[in-house]
Amino acid sequence: MSLVRLCLLMLLVLTLAAVLAVSLGETPFSLAQYAQALSHPASPPGEVLWTIRAPRVAVAALVGAALGLSGATMQGLLRNPLADPGVLGVSAVSGLGAAVAISAGLAVLPGAIELSALAGALVAGAMVVVLAARFREPEALILFGVALSAFGGALTALVFNLSPSPVATAEILAWLMGSVENRDWHDALRALVPMAIGAALCVRAGRGLRMLTLGEEAARMSGLPMARLRVYAVAGSALLTGAGVAAAGVIGFVGLAAPHLVRALVKDDPKRILWPSALAGALLLVLADLAARLIPTEQELKLGVVTALFGAPAFALLAWRASRSWRS
Amino acid sequence: MSALWTLTDVTARQGRKTVLEAASLTVTAGEVVGVVGPNGAGKTSLLRAGLGLLPLSAGEARLSGRTLAELKPDARAKLVGYLPQDRRVAWNLPARMIAALGATDLADEAADALALDCLARVGAAELADRGVLDMSGGERARVLLARLLATRAPLLIADEPVAGLDTDAQLLTLDLLRAEAAKGAGVVVTLHDLGLAARSCDRIIVVDHGRIVAEGPPREALSRFILGHVFRLDGELIETRAGPVLAARRA
Repeated sequence: MSLVRLCLLMLLVLTLAAVLAVSLGETPFSLAQYAQALSHPASPPGEVLWTIRAPRVAVAALVGAALGLSGATMQGLLRNPLADPGVLGVSAVSGLGAAVAISAGLAVLPGAIELSALAGALVAGAMVVVLAARFREPEALILFGVALSAFGGALTALVFNLSPSPVATAEILAWLMGSVENRDWHDALRALVPMAIGAALCVRAGRGLRMLTLGEEAARMSGLPMARLRVYAVAGSALLTGAGVAAAGVIGFVGLAAPHLVRALVKDDPKRILWPSALAGALLLVLADLAARLIPTEQELKLGVVTALFGAPAFALLAWRASRSWRS
Repeated sequence: MSALWTLTDVTARQGRKTVLEAASLTVTAGEVVGVVGPNGAGKTSLLRAGLGLLPLSAGEARLSGRTLAELKPDARAKLVGYLPQDRRVAWNLPARMIAALGATDLADEAADALALDCLARVGAAELADRGVLDMSGGERARVLLARLLATRAPLLIADEPVAGLDTDAQLLTLDLLRAEAAKGAGVVVTLHDLGLAARSCDRIIVVDHGRIVAEGPPREALSRFILGHVFRLDGELIETRAGPVLAARRA
């Protein structure tokens, strides 16, 4: 299947899922109400569909796409099928940024938490860009990522520890669990800008990711400007991850799983896998959010909880299958 | 003959250890140069330093007369193709896509056509659509050799291209590289099999403890003295119908 045809097909499936996600919700509608929502967007059913559900679905799709693309880029860069957007520590530091903003009482300023989360991602991203230029072997980068993740996590715990009010603590916790509840069109637009830049960088790095299949030294001698392409990959992935965390909190497993859903369809090619991974990530998160809304629980399930609940067993299955096919 | 690769008094360190000391060599078009030496002698360091993969602490390396510093990655790739010792491939790409990675200067269709041509030249045409991780080590080595040929560079450098291959595949690999030299390329290979080196190379460079200790036609470079002192072998090269063979025992 050609890449364009695959992407169009996935886009069609994503559109159907989005229509389903906008149509279904806690409040069931009659056919007449759906008709009213379509003909009069300002009517009560129209309000529910277009100002509550639709932006929420849009943010879920955007965040899912960002995480899917970021995960595929990291897997290509690190030549490791188990890499994900958080592997270099960007998610953890981005989450720290949000936690600091919440505990400092900045939640009253619109967009302050998001900006702080994005700033955290950019700081972590800049550190990783510098490290990636210095240490080319993926193992070294992964170890730095583990350290940065642990450090970000520890500082977040410190923020909890020193947090003056239980309200702020609860807010941080809720935020870290990840959710697209109550997102409006402004949130979607705000996320779009850093995501578009990040996506452009990742896609430009595609040739380099494919060349890295042969290992670091062959890639360096290949004639591609590998130093620049590596920076594109790391910076692009950090922007996507940071924008995702800023828009929806920390959401695990989507960035890891999305590339694997499409890997076979693109014959394992680290370049051609990028767009399909984005679409698969969007599809996964739209469906996960739909599940979070429809599963009848007293408190609405957090999106990060749903993805981890379904993602962790999928991850184990993946590791099992990967271990069977590992070759020298 | 114009020099494709010139190293002048090159010294390189890895950490605190000097892995290459005052190495000088010249490779010209049309010749196959074998680099031999015991394990850890500095064969790979010699190649890496000469390609700019290892920073030089002294000396100078030039490709077709131009220093490494003045060459941008794409310009350097036009002058030299490199097959690293590490033959691990990260993803299960089809062979034709791997071979096409040698031709970063071409558009996709042209690179694919060249890849198929190079796969045919290494006798791997039927493997074109197979994933490289689904292949035997020998098949994968041939695909990676096709990738090297697809660079169409005037200087081809292969680090241990025959390690782990059966005898037939070893001979095929070196015959293919010899054919490239006959067409005008300069070829440098590191080898462990001294008999194979003597049979396949026009010139041999012997490396020991980070220094070039002998250089010349196989019979001169692999003299009884060098075999004894560098390789700790008591032996000699014997001419046979199939080429020179090393008869040796541990000294």
